[in-house]
Amino acid sequence: MRDIAVVGFAQTPCVRETDGTTNGVEMLVPIFHEVLGGLGLTKTDIGFWCSGSSDYLAGRAFSFVSAVDAIGAFPPIAESHVEMDAAWALYEAWVKLLCGEVDTALVYGFGKSSAGQLRRVMAMQLDPYLVTPLWPDTLGLAGIQARMGIENGLWDERAMAAVAAQSRRNALSNPLAQLSGEVDADDLLELPYVVDPLRRHDCAPITDGAATVVLAAGDRARELCERPAWITGFEHRTDSPSFGTRDLTTSPSAVAAGKAAGADGVQVAELHAPFTHQEILLRQALGLGDDVTVNPSGGVLAGNPMFSAGLARIGEAARRIHDGTASKVLGHATSGPLLQQNLVCVMEGRE
Amino acid sequence: MTRPLSAPLDVGFDYTRSLGPTLGRFLSDLRRRRVTGIRGSDGRVHVPPLEYDPVTAERLHEFVDVAATGVVRGWSWIPEPLEGQPLDRPFAWALIQLDGADTSLLHAVDAGSPEEISTGARVRVRWRGERVGAITDIECFELSDEPAEEPAEAEDVTMVTTPVTLHYTHSASPTEDPFLRGLMEGRLLGQRCPSCEKVYFPPRPACPTDGVPTTEQVELADHGTITTFCVVNVPFLGQRIPPPYVSAYVLLDGADIPFLHLLLGVAPEDVRMGMRVEAVWKPREEWGPTMQNIDHFRPSGEPDAPFDSYSQHL
Repeated sequence: MRDIAVVGFAQTPCVRETDGTTNGVEMLVPIFHEVLGGLGLTKTDIGFWCSGSSDYLAGRAFSFVSAVDAIGAFPPIAESHVEMDAAWALYEAWVKLLCGEVDTALVYGFGKSSAGQLRRVMAMQLDPYLVTPLWPDTLGLAGIQARMGIENGLWDERAMAAVAAQSRRNALSNPLAQLSGEVDADDLLELPYVVDPLRRHDCAPITDGAATVVLAAGDRARELCERPAWITGFEHRTDSPSFGTRDLTTSPSAVAAGKAAGADGVQVAELHAPFTHQEILLRQALGLGDDVTVNPSGGVLAGNPMFSAGLARIGEAARRIHDGTASKVLGHATSGPLLQQNLVCVMEGRE
Repeated sequence: MTRPLSAPLDVGFDYTRSLGPTLGRFLSDLRRRRVTGIRGSDGRVHVPPLEYDPVTAERLHEFVDVAATGVVRGWSWIPEPLEGQPLDRPFAWALIQLDGADTSLLHAVDAGSPEEISTGARVRVRWRGERVGAITDIECFELSDEPAEEPAEAEDVTMVTTPVTLHYTHSASPTEDPFLRGLMEGRLLGQRCPSCEKVYFPPRPACPTDGVPTTEQVELADHGTITTFCVVNVPFLGQRIPPPYVSAYVLLDGADIPFLHLLLGVAPEDVRMGMRVEAVWKPREEWGPTMQNIDHFRPSGEPDAPFDSYSQHL
């Protein structure tokens, strides 16, 4: 197998609302320049482009085609798209590199969540026959899962508030975070429920943003990056979409993806957990002990740009390899309702 | 800088789907005030019924009648219901295990307040009066130890229609904004790419060739050349004028990218590539931030443009 590494990462600030269009071009142009400029590359050096976004989020058809304008696709490029978080676009690009077709790939995700009503838009990912017609909202569903864990003794509201407080504290070192600061978990518990048993701090904020990651194979990666984040395990798994069938207090697909990707021994994990209880659940599912630094960026509770937040987790984790602060890291992404689909990317630095 | 123009954008569509044997049976039975599950490979009864076993992926066949009463297995409280949700007053979302089922169904519980509901609470279906064969035939669940209403006769259903309505605020890009504001004054404003120097009309957030934002504003005349065209003979929903008529790509003088507009004032058989045309504007009081300010284009009477003048703009 070819060795493939994350060599570059850039993301926009996480903000509540941008002025830009829903096709993402205004967010993508600067981060393409940043990531390619940082590597000394131009667009013609990229062998494959792959993106993740959602037309339902954008409220328009083929928004990802308009987004290609941000690349300047002339001469014509090799390009693909997934209607999922761009972490799955990264997986597609990784497979493309594994096949030896190209040596470099640029992956990006974007979303302007503020354009619509995110809680309702997300109902479009549910079973269209028996569930979407009821318009269940993301907070309502997550609230059921959170309560099941609370009543089964797996976590409690204080532990959830502690996750939020830690996220905000970690985000103090992340200039692109939307929410950061010193907050006390006990103070958070004084706040009212938004959707009982969830308080505002338990839910990731609504965020506009975009992110991009550059992959390179073998010697090309070594040329481009002093300390490439070599991908040693990259797996995704899925659970039944019928969430009334699942045990919602765990995530078999996260357990399976973590095991297959070789999550043991990671020093840093960036988890895509849009709700505080899901971070606790994922720590358990991925077997991350107290010695693992989780979400040093603040994670998605500090900024949750839809369709790029998972990709950004992998980029954030890779950065700890690039800067030499860790030698084995994990980036996680989720998709679907209540952690239905989970992707784990394990990366290592080599001396 | 003022924020770019934005406007509400409401999208809606009635998704119409065929049901197949499993969901068809389930929704036909809901119409009859009956709830039907299906037995999985491991013996568990799934409600709602699954077409394939979630573990073995085997096709499932054995339907099982279950009760319209059950137990709350998990819940959350919605103090402010959103559009389309089952109730317009505060309610609980709940996973409900019906008596006779091993898995849970998601629905709303009309519990009044979060103090009234708890995990383990007994609930029953509140059936909708007029049932069509949809999950919304269950209006909601209510807290009760009593049985639900008796079954009734009803025809099978094979299709389900789900109206979807979503609301957005659509923003123009920073380059589209002056274009749209210009139109309100009857001006045609394009943008030049700083790299390839092509003039885009309408302007785009980034030059599709170079991937850089266009920067320099270029005011264009309201006349130009037809680069290509088609004669529309087919009627369709929302058509403004009866066919046949001509849709033409118009390359404004000074622009590099043609755009589609309507061509009137000439018989379709007389339209040709290179024909010179001019804009016919609507009355000023009807102008808005839209290309529809130009009602249509018509021949200007000038001699045809030579092919070389537009051959790179097709």
